[in-house]
Amino acid sequence: MSAEAMPAATSRADLRGRLQDWLPRLVLSPSVAAMLVFVYGFIAYTIYLSFTGSKMLPSYDWVGFDNYRRLFGLSAWTTALVNLGIFASLYILISVAIGLMLAIFLDQKIRAEGGLRAIYLYPMALSFIVTGTAWKWLLDPGIGIENTMHLWGWESFRFDWIKDRDMAIYTLVIAAVWQSSGFVMAMFLAGLRGIDNEILKAAQIDGASNLSLYRRIVIPMLRPAFLSAFVILAHLAIKSYDLVIALTGGGPGRATELPATFMYSYTFTRNQMGVGAASAVIMLMGVASVIVPYIYAEMRQGDDR
Amino acid sequence: MSVATQSTAVRTGRAGRALIVTVLIFFALFYLLPLGVMVINSLKPLPEITGGNMMALPQEPTLEPWRSAWSTAQIGVQATGLKPYFLNSILMVVPAVAISTMLGALNGYVLTKWRFPGHRWVFGLLLFSCFIPFQIVLIPMARLLGLMGLAGSLPGLILVHVVYGIGFSTLYFRNYYAAFPTELVRAAMIDGAGFFRIFWRIMLPVSGPIAVVCIIWQFTNIWNDFLFGVSFAGLDAMPMTVALNNLVQSSTGVREYNVHFAAAILAALPTLIVYIVAGRYFVRGLMAGSVKG
Repeated sequence: MSAEAMPAATSRADLRGRLQDWLPRLVLSPSVAAMLVFVYGFIAYTIYLSFTGSKMLPSYDWVGFDNYRRLFGLSAWTTALVNLGIFASLYILISVAIGLMLAIFLDQKIRAEGGLRAIYLYPMALSFIVTGTAWKWLLDPGIGIENTMHLWGWESFRFDWIKDRDMAIYTLVIAAVWQSSGFVMAMFLAGLRGIDNEILKAAQIDGASNLSLYRRIVIPMLRPAFLSAFVILAHLAIKSYDLVIALTGGGPGRATELPATFMYSYTFTRNQMGVGAASAVIMLMGVASVIVPYIYAEMRQGDDR
Repeated sequence: MSVATQSTAVRTGRAGRALIVTVLIFFALFYLLPLGVMVINSLKPLPEITGGNMMALPQEPTLEPWRSAWSTAQIGVQATGLKPYFLNSILMVVPAVAISTMLGALNGYVLTKWRFPGHRWVFGLLLFSCFIPFQIVLIPMARLLGLMGLAGSLPGLILVHVVYGIGFSTLYFRNYYAAFPTELVRAAMIDGAGFFRIFWRIMLPVSGPIAVVCIIWQFTNIWNDFLFGVSFAGLDAMPMTVALNNLVQSSTGVREYNVHFAAAILAALPTLIVYIVAGRYFVRGLMAGSVKG
């Protein structure tokens, strides 16, 4: 539908009509141009750099897949990938479990529902740097939770994961779950509120217990919410950078290195721009593999409207 | 997103309810603990923190850590406190939010009411751009800002945030305008109203709620951004999050935990206030970004 339908009586009106025809595209064009340059052009440029021998500055000597070969030969990158695997799976699993439980419980005609919901969700408004600062200190054995337990008389209490190479990655999970599980709760709660109560009543009349009611009927109906939660959390996990910097700085040693911190340090502090670019490309592929099918499905759904 | 607000019809026994309430309260404490502990300890003199219990209330409450965090703490070269960086963040956030929201409204209007061949492609590409890991654009962006003479400056940061904010703002307005009756727009066109007239007179007056959602979302995201700030701001344009991180990570001298906490709360305050005042819209924005209709 366009302005062509307007009657063109005079040539001036004709000109105006043609302008009206182009105006929408004209208005959209700065955004489209910005997107093509700053998003897709930049992606292409970074992909190109990942095939060059760039060190401190971009250079344009083609080296083929050398950077990717080097990247996957680096133990720091392998560590980052393994850490991401542990972090992402636990982060998604625990956030979804807590979010689903809180949503189901809040849905039981709880009197202070509004207040509780606000408390569960506020961490999402904070910066990961603030979250990291708070948890860094809570988890510090010298002054945080461990120290408090000692002062309260539980002398043998140990909670020094943040200083422990084998356990530090789990402190990232704790802080990240703290930040986003309330958000997952909100997604599930919206899903629960969309379920037709008549179905539940009918099942109850048929004698279904609460447990089987949720397992057989409610949770399967929440499939779209599960999918959204997975997509959002997975892409947040791959992009995690701020939280690592604020909480552990990637340490102790390399115990909490993730692809995002690896990319930054190789590109900007170790002057290995080619390798850094290659790691960014791998990160993009990870995110795309989660997001693209989701966007594709959503857009096809939009067709029906 | 569903609009129904009634709770479930499932009934629970008394013991079940007690368990549910206990779990809900336990988690409320879990979410409140870090913030509460930070507030309490930001009011203590340093010896009370290093030598005492973090859960204890302050013996001699003091506002000195807050004053120090705001105006005298050593961040970077000079002991300026967070004040100048707070100002940087404000000067960065306001134009970035305003511009990206305006562009988003116009884009959403075109993509729903003035469709052209390929509009779906444009939207799909914009949508994907919301989710890319920004590591993929860091190197070329640093180059470009350098070439444009915008490296380490506020205008440079504003440009970055506008460019990567357009995707989400367009998404919000497009989904909102898609539900707006096209017949009204068509009727106005037959009456001879042009592109901008329809936008001003018909679309904008009904855009209040989505504008609030979009502004809150962009404000929260841009205020909380760390990656772009640490990459492109240099020393002069450093936003609040980067300054806070520098303060907390600085290895020189005694670690003044109480000052760190006051600083962290100061950095969180603007977004927290927005959340408290307009939480409803904040939640709606989060949901619209994930479970779009």
